[in-house]
Amino acid sequence: MPTLRNLAAAAAIVAIVLPSFPAFAQDALEQIKKRGTLIVGVKADYKPYGFRDPAGKIIGIEPDLAQDVATKLGVKLELVPVVSSNRMQFLEQGKIDLMIATMNDKPDRRKVVYIVEPSYYASSVNVLAPKSAKLREWTELKGKKVCMIQGAWYNKQLQQDYGMEDVAFKGTSEAFTALKGNNCVAFAYDDTLILASLLEPEWKDYEMPLKSVLEDPWGLAVKLGEEKFYKVMSDLIVDWHRTGRIVELEKKYGMGNTSYALQMNAKYKK
Amino acid sequence: MNAFFESFRWLYDTTGINLTIFYDAFDRRRFIGGFVTTVQLAASCIVLSVVIGIAGAWLQGSRLRLTRRVVYWYIQFFRNTPPLVQLYFFYFGVGAYLKTAGGVPLVANVTWAILGLSMYAGAFNVEIFRSGIESVPKATVEAAESFGFSRLQAYRYIVLPLAFRVCLPALNNNLVNLVKTTSISYAIAVPEMLYVSAQIWSDSVNVKEMMNVLLICYVGLVGLFVFAMHRWERAMRVPGYGA
Repeated sequence: MPTLRNLAAAAAIVAIVLPSFPAFAQDALEQIKKRGTLIVGVKADYKPYGFRDPAGKIIGIEPDLAQDVATKLGVKLELVPVVSSNRMQFLEQGKIDLMIATMNDKPDRRKVVYIVEPSYYASSVNVLAPKSAKLREWTELKGKKVCMIQGAWYNKQLQQDYGMEDVAFKGTSEAFTALKGNNCVAFAYDDTLILASLLEPEWKDYEMPLKSVLEDPWGLAVKLGEEKFYKVMSDLIVDWHRTGRIVELEKKYGMGNTSYALQMNAKYKK
Repeated sequence: MNAFFESFRWLYDTTGINLTIFYDAFDRRRFIGGFVTTVQLAASCIVLSVVIGIAGAWLQGSRLRLTRRVVYWYIQFFRNTPPLVQLYFFYFGVGAYLKTAGGVPLVANVTWAILGLSMYAGAFNVEIFRSGIESVPKATVEAAESFGFSRLQAYRYIVLPLAFRVCLPALNNNLVNLVKTTSISYAIAVPEMLYVSAQIWSDSVNVKEMMNVLLICYVGLVGLFVFAMHRWERAMRVPGYGA
């Protein structure tokens, strides 16, 4: 009769053996080719990186990148919409082969999924400010009121580096309203989102005038241990940077270019 | 002093209790600033709301129907809406229209917080003072009149001093609440204690430490205030009058 102790031992053995199982299974590339489709998790609510067109189809910069991967592998593409809270789990459970979903590259995330280097993209911090303010340098913000988001990781850094006075709100809508009401001279935020906002007509009198700082890389990821797929993706990312594919996609979706995309293009072009 | 501050870095390294407000000069400055702002905010609101209460209670007894109506609607508006909604209404709603020609807001967020919270607590104070005024016997007021006191004089020298003693406990209650309510001005980015704490804990992920610090600070602040008010209450006691 199995005692509790035996059960516990059995459970422990299963726990040790299970995670190593996929190593014996086919690797992701073989699976994808056999299946004939590449399944990629992308955002569907984050314009212009991944959003739905009026017909309901997911389009955007990241879906286009996913198509590049499928084309390279010679298979069809299937897009699965993910959100921040489930994207890593989808990849772990094998619901998707690849995740390109606006995810910041963080050390604790590297323990869960295999984030491919070099980074395909990065957001930095910049400000949204009225054109009439004619801001050109971060140092001009010293002692001025600058809107922020409560809890953003760069708030303290910006204050220490440039000595601005923080006016931080819970959400972006309050910060945007405060900026419009001139309750602050500028709104410090991710350049990716500022560029996306500048696509809207309501921000036509505003600009992103400063040099982006505090770069924060984004990571696309494959499942842990997928060395071959990792290599393919790594080469492809270098290719994207070399050919200026990301710069071109930013233009295609009407947004301005992020400093990271331009910088990487310049670096790999040579 | 530095050794004292540095001991908190040691505390963090050995126990994981991360009190950045002691060993990080930037966080320390921020937190002290927040504490001072909370005290200033609370003090200004207390004074202003008591003034509103006294004036409002006097106007409530006015012979003019219009004045009484205005006070009535003021109380209804501020007492029946949440203070957070009022702050949003003032800062984003009204503030959007109060601008100079250049589009610069005339009223800053701190001022809106003081005005908004004072009006809110003031509405309660009017009712609290009314309860005190109504407890002053009619005969006393009539006696004052027969001595030739005008309505304002009677209010100033006879009714209010007596009423004040009767309503002090209720007033204390409301003012303690007011001190705690200053924390909601966090929502319109007034850099008071809760606001700076939230900034600090999102930078250093020391949420539970800062929550404890906040709690201790508020208990200390409110405790001190209650102590002072009780002393005052006792000092003003008229033997044989009131409870």
